Amino acid sequence: MKIEILGMGCATCNKLEDTVRQAVKETGSDAQVDHITDIKKIMAYGVMTTPALAIDGKVVAAGKLPSLADIKKMIGGK
Amino acid sequence: MNECCSTDNSEKKKINYYIPFFLIPIVVVIYFFLEEGVNFFVYEMLKMDKSSHLTEAIRFFFYDTPKVFILLTVIVFVVGIIRSYFSPEKTRKALEGKPLFAGNVMAAGLGVFTPFCTCSAIPLFIGFVESGIPLGVTFSFLIAAPMINEVALVLLFGLFGWQTALLYASTGLLIAILSGWVIGKLKVERFVEEWVYEIKAGDFQMAEQKITFNDRILAGWNAVIEIVSKVWIYIVAGIAIGAAVHGYVPQNFMASIMGKDAWWSVPLAVLIGVPLYSNAAGIIPILQALLEKGAALGTALAFMMAVIGLSLPEMIILRKIIKLPLIAVFISVVATGIMIVGFIFNWIY
Repeated sequence: MKIEILGMGCATCNKLEDTVRQAVKETGSDAQVDHITDIKKIMAYGVMTTPALAIDGKVVAAGKLPSLADIKKMIGGK
Repeated sequence: MNECCSTDNSEKKKINYYIPFFLIPIVVVIYFFLEEGVNFFVYEMLKMDKSSHLTEAIRFFFYDTPKVFILLTVIVFVVGIIRSYFSPEKTRKALEGKPLFAGNVMAAGLGVFTPFCTCSAIPLFIGFVESGIPLGVTFSFLIAAPMINEVALVLLFGLFGWQTALLYASTGLLIAILSGWVIGKLKVERFVEEWVYEIKAGDFQMAEQKITFNDRILAGWNAVIEIVSKVWIYIVAGIAIGAAVHGYVPQNFMASIMGKDAWWSVPLAVLIGVPLYSNAAGIIPILQALLEKGAALGTALAFMMAVIGLSLPEMIILRKIIKLPLIAVFISVVATGIMIVGFIFNWIY
């Protein structure tokens, strides 16, 4: 699984990355986490609000910071 | 595992759903008896001298702080719920294909309600441009969104009364509409970085999630926690400074510097206000005190709009997508609008 955090380095974006990494650790998922800061790549997803979260190329959240529990549900246990 | 968590979640949400409604009567009572209560506390319980400066300052502080926090919590909560009905994506769809002037009006109005943070200005700008929304309309949005915010309105309402809050909101909207319209007329498209036009934005395809009313209440609640935890320190500091000014600075002290007879005070206030970056929370309580000491309303309003509406960090972010001439146009058009508002109010009052 590939998890991408789409954000241009705002405070919330970094918080989202931390939360995602923790969720990955806690669920024991082998997902690969990337923080995308290139605006061109972000726009390719069509999101207009950051931070956004994409899993396997599909946007699952935009413009908000989902809770740890929500993220865990998104990536699912192993 | 799924079962356990979903029941747990819904229970939590149910509790969250009811708490605000239980609190309403309590809050209303506190709000309306606050002044009497504080007077009783300061004059009768602490037995402080009614005529001393210190008493006045302390009374001011103990009265204004809870009042502002009550208003802030209630309004941010309500606005948080309203905002959950809006999104930049929906706003973009609404603005597509709108003619220039009507588009400016809509964009400014939507700017007030669409959740927006300066850090998202770039994807939003590109997203708008991509779908063919004119630059002028986009700017109307970008001007209105930060300038007319709930924190500013709450503080104006709480410290100056509803007339001033309304005045601020309506003139702010007017500035956003007209500035955007002027920028649109100036044909500034060539000052947008070329790569912006080359970006091929993907179709945004997020599964439309069902949002229940519980979720919206939760969104309102989260907004309260987020905003109050961010601005409380500025509000307390601002009110403390305001209280000191209230108690100690002589009446009419500011009249000569910020009074209505000093015409140059408006452009000066804007000039100082533009590079300054502060949230409304810190600046308004201080303004209240200044106003009380003889500063003119137009000057104070112009200063506030310049501080909140235009800021250096926002310009630095925007510089990544638009070239300097357009930034200069943007700042000067908006600053001119703010100055006109300042002059008009000094002239009327």
